[in-house]
Amino acid sequence: MMDFLQPTSWSEALRIKSERPGAVPVAGGTDVMVELNFDHRRPEALLDLNRVAELAEWSEEDGRVRLGAGVPYARVITELGDELPGLAMASRTVGSPQIRNRGTVGGNLGAASPAGDSHPALLAADAVVEVASVRGTRMIPAAEFYTGVKRNALEPDELIAAIHLDVARGPQQFAKVGTRNAMVIAVCAFGLALHPEQQRVGTGIGSAAPTPRRASAAEEFLSGELTAAGLWSAPRPLTDSVRRRFGELVAQAASPIDDVRGSAAYRRHALAVLARRTLGWVWQDYCGGSWPACA
Amino acid sequence: MRVTFTVNGEQREADDVWEGESLLYVLRERLGLPGSKNACEQGECGSCTVYLDDVPVCACLVAAGQVQGREVRTVEGLAGDDEQLDPVQEAFVAAGAVQCGFCTPGLLVAAHDLVRRNNQPSDAEIREALAGNLCRCTGYEKIMDAVRLAAARVTPSTEDSK
Ligand SMILES: Cc1cc2nc3c(=O)[nH]c(=O)nc-3n(C[C@H](O)[C@H](O)[C@H](O)COP(=O)(O)OP(=O)(O)OC[C@H]3O[C@@H](n4cnc5c(N)ncnc54)[C@H](O)[C@@H]3O)c2cc1C
Ligand code: FES
Ligand code: FES
Repeated sequence: MMDFLQPTSWSEALRIKSERPGAVPVAGGTDVMVELNFDHRRPEALLDLNRVAELAEWSEEDGRVRLGAGVPYARVITELGDELPGLAMASRTVGSPQIRNRGTVGGNLGAASPAGDSHPALLAADAVVEVASVRGTRMIPAAEFYTGVKRNALEPDELIAAIHLDVARGPQQFAKVGTRNAMVIAVCAFGLALHPEQQRVGTGIGSAAPTPRRASAAEEFLSGELTAAGLWSAPRPLTDSVRRRFGELVAQAASPIDDVRGSAAYRRHALAVLARRTLGWVWQDYCGGSWPACA
Repeated sequence: MRVTFTVNGEQREADDVWEGESLLYVLRERLGLPGSKNACEQGECGSCTVYLDDVPVCACLVAAGQVQGREVRTVEGLAGDDEQLDPVQEAFVAAGAVQCGFCTPGLLVAAHDLVRRNNQPSDAEIREALAGNLCRCTGYEKIMDAVRLAAARVTPSTEDSK
């Protein structure tokens, strides 16, 4: 016997989750239903979040977007491509049209797979995850949200409400390596964002460690180089050695494993390539001069 | 549990639905609508594609209870009341895009959604729109032909009426 619980408001959803911490939330169902169809999971109850209207909304205030956990990828792509370019790019690579029509960023965070495509983009953009329970709200930086392989920082009575990100103030990129274009689990993935106003670089790597993670040394190296050479305000082409070093540092931040999708050595190599390539793209974009900080 | 929803314009009720059951199972096994096919039950093949509130989704990944009060349109609902095939269905027949036919219902819904939004899709756009639908027989060339043909035949009025 399993219960199907259908709250129609956020407060009701939180109340149910506190009374029934074993209830498994379902948003787009693209992870949960696979587990149910294959009998990998028999939860005591399903907590359907589709009727909680707030979860499927996003808003923008003072240059910051609050993205409801239940907004599907298809809408991130069509509605937020300018505001959240890195996340929109990552969303475009998820599954197929049918999967993007249902799957959500909240569900990606809930599943917390190291291969989840939203994670590198969220990390690079300094996203903050808003989680809530009847006890209150917590704001958790994405970098602290992933706690282990398919584990996250949620307490049993908590739900993900939204993801908060700045409207992009610099170029962002996302790239992944897979065996074909559609429907691939990433062999590895990389997200990159420039934050010119803070003279900072944001990164996120996926599928190359037990959890999605930043490449902090690479971030510090690149932002240091850009600042030292005065390139934030007067961008010039980057030297090959800077690009190469950045790629090396990104690859070093990974702790990949060998599996059927690729060897650890291949993943490291591919990450270095993705890092150099995406750096080339964002820097070319930045040199184009349409970003406020370099005007 | 009981689930009540609209299928192809008609209000339908399914009883004794198991809470973890998929929409696909309800359509095929409880409502006598076997058009949507079941091949993988994990969102990979697209043969179960249906419209949910006018958006193409894999019916195998929607929990039955999630469609309560909502609208579903299956391949059985593409043809008009007069049994007149939809232009997309006609194009699949005309182009010889059907071999064993297992993938066809899902492809029809996905292609239907594409051509109503874009009646001059490029080959890349067709491939992208059908990326979630696998076919093991045709090698996709005839399917591409069928979608090009369907797009050319979709007139703005049928496009608007969806
Ligand atoms: C064919 C196929 C292809 C795929 N391709 C990709 C891909 O390319 N890249 C990728 O990253 N993923 C992919 N996925 C996985 C999946 O689509 C994503 O992880 C998606 O983001 C899950 O979102 P959802 O809303 O469907 O989640 P659900 O299945 O509804 O939920 C996923 C998990 O999150 C929990 N959850 C959902 N919402 C909340 C909430 N608000 N609060 C707390 N917990 C919550 C659920 O309990 C569950 O544990 C694919 C899946 C399929 C079936
Ligand atoms: S049966 Fe649903 S996608 Fe294959
Ligand atoms: S016609 Fe046989 S799978 Fe497509």
